[in-house]
Amino acid sequence: MSGSQELAVREKQELAQQEEKTVPGRYYVPAADIFETDEALTLLLEMPGVSKDNVDIQIENDVLRVEGKIDYSAYKEIEPVYTEYNIGHFARAFELSNKIDRDAITAGVEDGVLTLTLPKVKEAMPRKIPVN
Amino acid sequence: MALFPDAFGSLMGLQNALDAFRRSDWLQTSPSAGGSYPPLNVFRKGEDFALVAEVPGISRSDLEIQIKGRTVRLSGTKLVKYPEKASVHRRERLQGRFDRSITLPIEVDQDRVTAECRDGVLAITLPRAERDKPRSIRIG
Repeated sequence: MSGSQELAVREKQELAQQEEKTVPGRYYVPAADIFETDEALTLLLEMPGVSKDNVDIQIENDVLRVEGKIDYSAYKEIEPVYTEYNIGHFARAFELSNKIDRDAITAGVEDGVLTLTLPKVKEAMPRKIPVN
Repeated sequence: MALFPDAFGSLMGLQNALDAFRRSDWLQTSPSAGGSYPPLNVFRKGEDFALVAEVPGISRSDLEIQIKGRTVRLSGTKLVKYPEKASVHRRERLQGRFDRSITLPIEVDQDRVTAECRDGVLAITLPRAERDKPRSIRIG
């Protein structure tokens, strides 16, 4: 795919179920890309406005939970006159297969995109079997 | 201005305030308006204005901002890359070119316009031109 086509607008999707959220406020589902290489699974999540200090990643019962909080203090002294999108925190969860090495997961944030690298366990990596 | 007295006390209040100005007629559609990406929010801070857009995954070098008269133009390219040998399981992030122009209903002091892009959020500060600012007329 080349970058030559027109970039379309995708309406932000609100998170449907909000378990254990006691603070009022809407959450959004970050757009995600997932790709796999021989060594690892990579997750990319778009969370504009979330700095790396406000990302919370947890693994519990084979579920990887990602939450990104936006800092909306900058909006305190300004008032909207025209809006096309809303803002809010981000949350999304993914089920993990047992082929992922949980202790080796790494994460990084750049330009509002969270990158999670989930290395595969050794047993799950492709192996070449030599023929004698 | 106490339009939303406690609006900014909580995120919910802010979200409701943002909803209330969805497609307000402050920014009239003009012939110069090309594409619709990125979606924009416009805020007022005192006499000045600010344009905010979410542009996750777009690096500063791929983003161009131009201002001419009352027209602000945002253009660039968003690229979503994968390693060559990767198999893609899920693809929700969109890529492509964008070119959007909007015409502001206010006059801007072009020399004082500043832009900042942090964590995928672009903010352009548009100071209102001195000659465009409202003046109080004293009744003699």
